[in-house]
Amino acid sequence: MSTDTSPLPGGLQEIADDFAAMAEPDRLQLLLEFSNELPDLPARYSEHPELLEPVPECQSPIFLVTEVADDPESTVRLHFSAPAEAPTTRGFAGILHEGLDGRPAATVLSVPAELPLRLSLENSVSPLRLRGLSGMLARIQRQIREKTQLPA
Amino acid sequence: MTAPTDTSTAKFASYADPERLVSTQWVADNLGTDGVVIVETDEDVLLYETGHIPGAVKIDWHTELNDPVTRDYVDGAGFAELMGAKGIRREDTVVIYGDKSNWWAAYALWVFTLFGHEDVRLMDGGRAKWIEEGRETTTEAPERDRSEYPVVERRDEEIRAFLPEVLDHLGKPLIDVRSPEEYTGQRTHMPAYPEEGALRGGHIPTAHSVPWAKAANEDGTFKSADELRAIYQDDLGLKTDDDVIAYCRIGERSSHTWFVLRHLLGFEKVRNYDGSWTEWGNAVAVPITQGQERGEAPSR
Repeated sequence: MSTDTSPLPGGLQEIADDFAAMAEPDRLQLLLEFSNELPDLPARYSEHPELLEPVPECQSPIFLVTEVADDPESTVRLHFSAPAEAPTTRGFAGILHEGLDGRPAATVLSVPAELPLRLSLENSVSPLRLRGLSGMLARIQRQIREKTQLPA
Repeated sequence: MTAPTDTSTAKFASYADPERLVSTQWVADNLGTDGVVIVETDEDVLLYETGHIPGAVKIDWHTELNDPVTRDYVDGAGFAELMGAKGIRREDTVVIYGDKSNWWAAYALWVFTLFGHEDVRLMDGGRAKWIEEGRETTTEAPERDRSEYPVVERRDEEIRAFLPEVLDHLGKPLIDVRSPEEYTGQRTHMPAYPEEGALRGGHIPTAHSVPWAKAANEDGTFKSADELRAIYQDDLGLKTDDDVIAYCRIGERSSHTWFVLRHLLGFEKVRNYDGSWTEWGNAVAVPITQGQERGEAPSR
C-alpha cells in the first residue's frame, strides 16, 4: 500500500473510494462496468488509427490519444481504443476516462504515478497486470506535456 | 471415476494421451455430467466476467495459483483450499479452457499436475473457438457446493525444473519457446507485452528456438500428431525418451509446449522451467548466448 494519502486529482479519488468500499469480488464487477462504459472512438480517430499511440505495457493491445483544448484551462480530452476481448485493459482506460476526461491539463499532470496502487485492485487484479494502467497514465501525461509545455 | 474420452475425432486418437484433449462439442455434451468440472483460466482477469461457458468456474493464475508473497505456486494446503472453494473434488474430471490459444489453461493444467490431480484435460481451441462457434455463454456465476479436497503435497521434481537443475542439464535438450526476437536477445520481453524486467537478453546456451505457436493452428487448436512429430522429432531430432526442459518468460507459453511434448507426443520426461527468462536473464554469472546460434554448453 502507498503511504501518500493526499486525495487523488480529478474524479479519481471518488473512483478510488468506490473501489475501497467494496468487497473483493465486487471490485472486479466495478472494473467491468468501467470497461463496458468506455466510449467508442470518435470517427475522426476510428478512421485514422495511425493518430493513436500504442501502449505496450498492456497485455492486450490498447491505443490512446489525448487532446488539449486551446482554452484557459487547457482542457484535456482522452480517447482510447481497446478490443472487447481485453476487458481489463478497457477497464483501466475507463477509469482514466471517467476520472480525467474534461479536466484541466494541470490536473491530469498532477496524478501520481502510484495511481494503480491507490485503487485497491492489487489482490483481485494482480500488481503485474496493473502495470498496464501505469503505462497508459505515463503516456497520457507525456502527450500532454508535449502539447502544453507544462512542467512535469 | 473419470468421464469418457472424447473419441469423436481421428486427430485426438492419434495423440499419445488421447484422453487429455476434448472438443468444444464434448464440453457442450457434458455440461451437466456429474463429476465433470469446466474451468476457465485467462490472461485477462475480467474476461470470464464478460461471459463464460455455462457452469464453468473461474481460476485466475495470477491471484489464485500463485503464492502471494514467495515467487512460487500455492502449497498443498493452499491448493486444497482453492479446490474446496471452487467445489472441485479430487476424483473430478477437470476440463480447462482459456484465452490466448490456451496458454494460461495449459499453465493451470500443469499446476494441477504438480498436485497429481489425475484427470485434467484441455478443451482444444479454447475460449475463442467456443465463441467462434456461436455456442452459449452466460455471465451467471455457477453455484457449486464446497468440496472436500485432500491436502496433497506438491511434487515438483518430475515436471518442474529450477535454475540449478537447468544448469546441470546444459548439453541435454532444451527448448526456448519465446519469439525469435526474445531468443536472439534483441528484446527481453514479448512483442507488445509488458516489460517484466530482465537485465540481460538472449537465450540459455544450447536451447533450440521453437516458438510455442508452431504447435498451434490458426484457430488455436493443436496441430495433428504427425505435424507435431515433424516439428519436434524430425526437425530437432528429439526422441520420446529424451530428458527435455522447456522455458519461456514466466512459464506460461512453455506450459503449452510441455503439454504438447508430454501428452500429445508422449515424451516421458519433460520439465517446465517456470523461472524462465525472468529468472535466468537476471541471475548472476549464468551463461547466456545471444544471436541466432544455439551456443555451446560450458565445459565443466
